[in-house]
Formats: sequence, structure tokens, C-alpha cells
Amino acid sequence: MIGLPQLYLLAGAMFAAFAVLSALDRTNRKRFGNAAFWALIALSFFAGDRIGDLGNGILVLGLVGLAGFGLLGRGDPPTTSEAERAASSERRGNRLFLPALIVPVTALVGSLFLKDSGWIDPKQVTLVSLGAGVLIALTVCYLWLRPPPLAPVEEGRRLMDSVGWAAVLPQMLAALGAVFALAGVGEVVGGIAGQAIPEGSLFAAVAAYALGMALFTMIMGNAFAAFPVMTAAIGIPILIHRFGGDPAIVCAIGMLSGFCGTLLTPMAANFNIVPAALLDLKDKNAVVKAQVGTAIPLLACNLLLLYFLAFR
Amino acid sequence: MNYLVLIGILIVVAGFALRLNPLLVVAVSALATGLIAGKGFVEVLSAFGKAFNDNRFVTFIYILLPVIGLLERYGLQQRARTMVGNMRGATTGRLLIGYLLFRQISASLGLISVAGQAQTVRPLVAPMAEAAAERQDPALTEEGREKVKAVAAATDNVGLFFGEDIFIAIGSILLMVGVLEQNGIHLAPLQLSVWAIPSAIAAFLIHGARLLLLDRRLSSPRGTSGEGDHPKGGGGVSVAASPVTPPPRFAGSPSPSGDGEDL
Repeated sequence: MIGLPQLYLLAGAMFAAFAVLSALDRTNRKRFGNAAFWALIALSFFAGDRIGDLGNGILVLGLVGLAGFGLLGRGDPPTTSEAERAASSERRGNRLFLPALIVPVTALVGSLFLKDSGWIDPKQVTLVSLGAGVLIALTVCYLWLRPPPLAPVEEGRRLMDSVGWAAVLPQMLAALGAVFALAGVGEVVGGIAGQAIPEGSLFAAVAAYALGMALFTMIMGNAFAAFPVMTAAIGIPILIHRFGGDPAIVCAIGMLSGFCGTLLTPMAANFNIVPAALLDLKDKNAVVKAQVGTAIPLLACNLLLLYFLAFR
Repeated sequence: MNYLVLIGILIVVAGFALRLNPLLVVAVSALATGLIAGKGFVEVLSAFGKAFNDNRFVTFIYILLPVIGLLERYGLQQRARTMVGNMRGATTGRLLIGYLLFRQISASLGLISVAGQAQTVRPLVAPMAEAAAERQDPALTEEGREKVKAVAAATDNVGLFFGEDIFIAIGSILLMVGVLEQNGIHLAPLQLSVWAIPSAIAAFLIHGARLLLLDRRLSSPRGTSGEGDHPKGGGGVSVAASPVTPPPRFAGSPSPSGDGEDL
């Protein structure tokens, strides 16, 4: 049965290839920092289940050290020029979108139809389909575009280097959520919220969750950090267990309430501050200000959608 | 109840405010929170390591990069720009509504990096919106011009945030699956992602309506000067300007993902 172990081998192989090519890349002054970072992630995918919890903790400290002391640079693998790309885009037309669509379509079709096939772990059918989609798309690209053999890895590494350490931030924030849970942060926040929410008032509880997601996201700069805390504090114990809310709806709309917070905060720098710099705007908060009029009514909408959809 | 465990939240806030490396801030916050809660160093580090390991599937999404990078090598971005360029609406509002729809639909198919602030907004959408605004209001002020560009950037964010969660294999959906899993609730990604659709529609209607209002303001003779919703500086938190570095080309979700100093 195909499941996470096989997928992690695939991902481990990709990051290992990034590490090797980074180490050989003389265009990057900090090439060994990049190589070490991607090698640790490869190790995590290959052997994460064998090195023990403490081993994983030490691995994370390695990643944090490399990123925290600025040891990551950016490689510049050889690629096509802007003119070559324009010519290729002109010649190949909208067919270029097709390989890009293979991945989402395979992921969707697989999720819908392969769940009970017996040869895929039913809990991981989406990720397995996604991995299969990537392999199919790569095969199609090799046959159609005839790139140099290493091109997909080199182009992947180019994009990976531009993401850099931020690639593992969501995983780090999920782990932070786990430590918060261990320390009882959710209960403390939930206790404060519980005192604030009038007993038995579903609407107040929904409002506390949706607004709490938005506020916490504004403080933390991203909804990923807010979600585990608010969901453990209010979403699961109060909305799902006490009021019997549908977990899928509570979580999906809760997360989107958090996204309204992302629109409202300069902390979410890459979405709100970097674009202002890119567009040479004098007011660095101009993008946030342009988003306020959408984010606040949308947050109210999410609150109402949550209230009316999740508790039928 | 031990209110001191909230120190971790303060550390995160302070760390982001001081623009320290977020990985470092998150690690320090986790250690401080665990130690204050009375756990030992090894216990906290192990718990952190275990959760990091359990959440590897969030990082699995980067398996897409070789395909996207390869297609970019053969002009995928240029193709996307041509496609947006062909949606040459007559007005700023209609142009941006078309872009909003394009962004929401492509993000909902998982194609989050075919467009973006660097890929499409700066080279194409913002200049086109500005050009359309100049046609609508020949006396467009500098302030009005800035506002149109900011709205173009905002439209990209709204389209991305309220499109991507419809895709089943995006980081935030996988995070939800993981958090629910930790609490003994088993859900498939598709069950979550369909519930992103109502909010996506609401986002389209609300932001679309605002874009039409922008059109009306631009077309009315008294134009954009001196409108009440444009504070004359001093509003909001002032954050030091980021150096103009290209933002990540693969921004996974509305969680920070930038290179180094951007956070």
C-alpha cells in the first residue's frame, strides 16, 4: 500500500538532490549553508521516524541555527533568458498550462476515485495523488519539452532557494502549537475566552473564535500560528464538542477568518509590506489600508457563515 | 491557571516586531513556554522535535517546485502575463475584477505561483490599472495613483487568500487536518476545502463591489482628490521599509514565507 513513507522517500530524494547541487554551486557564496539546510530536511524526510523525538529536536536546532545566523544564500542555476522564455511562450501557447494542470487534476481525481482502491492509504490519498501527479507531469515535460536531464531539479532548487528557510516555517509553527498545547496555552486562552463568552451563547462563542482567529493572526502575522491555539482553545472544546459544530466547517471558516486578519496586519510583511516596496509606494502601509474595506466586512461574513452553516 | 505560559506569545510578537529570523523566534518561544510550564529542556525539545516530525507532510508541498520551475523555464509566466494582458477591460475596476477572478480560480487549482506581487502585479496588473485610471480621470493626483496601485496589490492578496483554500493540497488545509488529527478528529482534505467556497464567493462579491465603487469615484468629475477614506499619514503602525528584494516566487499561503529580512 502506498502511503506517507513512499512520499517521504520522494521528498527526501528531492531535498538531497537540492543539497548536492547546492554544495557544487559556486555562484552561491553561502553554498554550504544551503547544502546543510536542504540536507537536514532530506534527513528529516528519510529518517525522521528512526532518529527519535530528541533526535528530531536536535535536527530542528540545526535548521534554526543555519537560518538564524544567516548562513543561507541563494543559488543561481543556469536557466533560460527572458527572451528565450518569451519565444517559447509564443511558440507553445496556452498548451504550457496543461502540464501545470496535470498536478491539481490528478490530485483531485485521485482524491475522489482512489480512496477505496486498496492500494493507497485512504487517509493519505490526496498527497499520494499529488505525488503521482508530479511524476506524471514531469514525464510529460521530459517527453514534450526535452529539457536537459537535471533541469527540473535545478529549476526546483532555484525556486526553493528563493523560498529559503521560510519553507519550514509552517512546520515550525505547527510544532510551536504542539508545545503551546503541552504547556496549556490553549487552556489559558480558552479560560480567558470562557470568562468573556456568556454561558450558553452560541453566537458569542462563534464570534470569539472568528474574531480571536483574526486578532491572533494580526499579532502573529500569519494564520498558521493562530489556528492551532484558537482551535484548541475555543474551536474544538466549545464549538465542536459543546455545541456540536461540524469540525470541517468550523476549521475551514475559522482559518479564513484568520486570513482576514492577515489582510489587516503589517506583520504579514511578504503580502503587505513587500508589495508596497515593489510598487514604490510612499506609504508603506498603503496595501493594508486598501485591504481594510474588504477584510472587515469579509470577517463579518465569515462569522455569519460559521454561525449559520456549522450548527444545522 | 498559569498565565505565565503566555510569554511565548509575547516572544513571538516581540521577535517579529524586531524583525529577527522567525525560525529563531519560534524556537525560542517554544523553549521558553515549555520551560515556564515546568517541563525539562530535553522534554520540550523532544516534544518540539516530535511535532516537527509529525508535520512533515506540510513541507511535502514543495515537491511541486521542479514541475513549476521547469515550466517557467519554458515561459509559463510569460504565458500567464499574456493571458492577463488579453483581459483588457475598459476600466480599472473591471480589469481588477477580471484579475481577481483569474487569481481566485487559478489559486483554487493549486496554481498559486503562476501569478503574484512580483510575477504579475508589478510588471502588469498595477501598470494596466494605473493606465485605465488615467483614462477615466485625466486629472488623477499622485495620491490617487498610489491608491490604484495599492488596490491592485490588495486584489492579488484577496484573490490568493480566498482561492487557495479550495485546493485540497495547500499548506493551510494540511495544517487543519494535522491539528484535528492531534485532537482525535479524522477528516479528509476535500471535506475541509469545499467549505472554503462560501467565503470565496463572499470575498469576490465584497472586493468586487469595492472595485466598482472605485470605478465610480474615478469616473465622477470630482475624482479621487480629498476623499475621506484616505488618511493623510500618521495612521496605522509605521514599519521600516523593506529593502526592495524580489519576494518569494513560491509563496505558499498567507503565512510568512519570504527570504530573510522580509519578516
